[in-house]
Amino acid sequence: MASPRALRSGAGRDPHAPVTNLVLLKLLVSARLRSQLAYRGSFLSDVAGQILLGLTEFVELYAIVHNVSSFGGMTFAQTLLVFGLASVAFALGDLLLGETDSMSETIRSGKLEVLLVRPLPVLLQLATSDFQLRRVGRLIFALAALAAALLFADIAWDPAKVVLALITPLAGAAIFCALFLGAGAMQFWILDGRQFANAFTYGGRYVASMPGAALFFPIQIFFTFVIPATLVAYAPSLVILGLDGPAGIPAWTGWLGLPAAVVLSGLMLLLWRAAIKKYTGAGG
Amino acid sequence: MPIIEVEELSREFQVMEPAGRFRRRKKTVHAVRGIDFIVEPGEAVGYIGANGAGKSTTIKMLTGVLVPSSGRVSVCGFNPVPQRKALARKIGVVFGQRSQLWWDLPLQDSYPILGAMHRMPEADWKPRFQELAGQMDLGEFLTTPVRQLSLGQRMRGEVAAALLHRPELIILDEPTIGLDMISKEKLRQFLDAERRENGTTLLLTTHDMSDIQRLCQRVLVVDDGAIAYDGPLTGLADVAGAVRTMVVDLAAPVHSADLLSLPDGAVHQGIEAEGIRHSVSFDPRKLSAATVLAAISSTAEVADLSLHEPDIEHLVRQLYGSARL
Repeated sequence: MASPRALRSGAGRDPHAPVTNLVLLKLLVSARLRSQLAYRGSFLSDVAGQILLGLTEFVELYAIVHNVSSFGGMTFAQTLLVFGLASVAFALGDLLLGETDSMSETIRSGKLEVLLVRPLPVLLQLATSDFQLRRVGRLIFALAALAAALLFADIAWDPAKVVLALITPLAGAAIFCALFLGAGAMQFWILDGRQFANAFTYGGRYVASMPGAALFFPIQIFFTFVIPATLVAYAPSLVILGLDGPAGIPAWTGWLGLPAAVVLSGLMLLLWRAAIKKYTGAGG
Repeated sequence: MPIIEVEELSREFQVMEPAGRFRRRKKTVHAVRGIDFIVEPGEAVGYIGANGAGKSTTIKMLTGVLVPSSGRVSVCGFNPVPQRKALARKIGVVFGQRSQLWWDLPLQDSYPILGAMHRMPEADWKPRFQELAGQMDLGEFLTTPVRQLSLGQRMRGEVAAALLHRPELIILDEPTIGLDMISKEKLRQFLDAERRENGTTLLLTTHDMSDIQRLCQRVLVVDDGAIAYDGPLTGLADVAGAVRTMVVDLAAPVHSADLLSLPDGAVHQGIEAEGIRHSVSFDPRKLSAATVLAAISSTAEVADLSLHEPDIEHLVRQLYGSARL
């Protein structure tokens, strides 16, 4: 982790200090943040827009639950927990790798070649070059929703549930990062694949933020064991709330978030490497 | 040891072309076919050819962006694609059309990041940056966001960025495209000085004949994916029979080409503007512009004149025309 020495060299005190990964990362991220602050007006309206977007999704959910009193076997506060967990996970994933979404533009404009002739992994450059601060707006809203849910849903806490509640947003973020990565990689093959890729990322978010029991059975299976969207929030929520799941998403899947994140990330990283190889013509 | 070694290098692409209303057929396009060349450290080589001749494909194979279909390529002792990141520390690349600078930040903010990417401590990159900024006159616009720079300013910034890590080889893809005369000249002077002082090898693609004249002792002409010519520029003009064109505006109209006296070897090309504007072509190896002008002035008063150098496209076309006949 951050050694005091590395931090000091980052501040430019010792001009002879070697460039550590941490120093480089700080430089890349801070450059990105400053870039975004260059357009203050548009930045602020973006942040506001992202909060509004989160709010709209919330109102949609509220409208459903308000009218049916129980949505997929869940009360409003319980639904809010699913929504909050999913939103935090998505916001974090989007913050880190959201721009792989527009990979086809990066390829078409030739920007990818600029990234390829630098001595850094392309993925690291993409993650830092597109660290979209405005997406923080979404994260702020998501955290507020999650906090409210944890407060209002009657949860009988025990140590295991506390651990799960802490792991879940991070594992979920990793799952969304992996989905974004896969969406980016896909666009190396399907140059106009942005819309198709969005089906997995934004579609995954939509599924993740609603009670899985409300889904059609085969869809439950698909979004649990193929695209692990329900593992992001719904399945862990079942465990935290002490509920039984529907047939396609049994409650024990609540603990599958982390392993699913590891497996999916691994697979998507392989796909990404294959995509870069495909671009350079080195493989496949 | 040569800095670039290319042997029997080929690259082909599979493209789909329509065959009938719905069917599509795979077609193989040979972008580069079996080229060989060697570049020694410190050389300045112009890599020229028409659009689609295979220049960019070659550059991509040299920089590790594209794998060759067959053949061997070695740059700074590396195999470009598998050793892309190691190679990136030894070479600098400038893509004329794309920026490697941070678009929304002041120009000076890009250099610390690039320095860090190349793992250069501040004590290492900063003096180099100050040296480059001084030579390229970046001073007055260092605090301007890159997106607000003029093309000429930005290109100077780009070249400085590519040279920050003291690469052994700098590859420039159309560095002077779209620049005005003064910016072009500044850039050329700088590149020439950089090569002389630091021994940096230079490989550039260009459409501008004067880039080659000012910078390169050696020209590689690529046509249809193959090397059509490799040698000094003067030799290329010999092979291709380069002609210059002088356009004169006369003080009073002269309506017939015969009324204008021309030295032997100069050819009257045409009359415009009702006898005012005449163009005359001549071989610069046999006649000087002064001789041509003196001859014309002896019969008519010259009000204005301009000289047109043969462009590379034209030379290459000539070269190929003569090689194929």
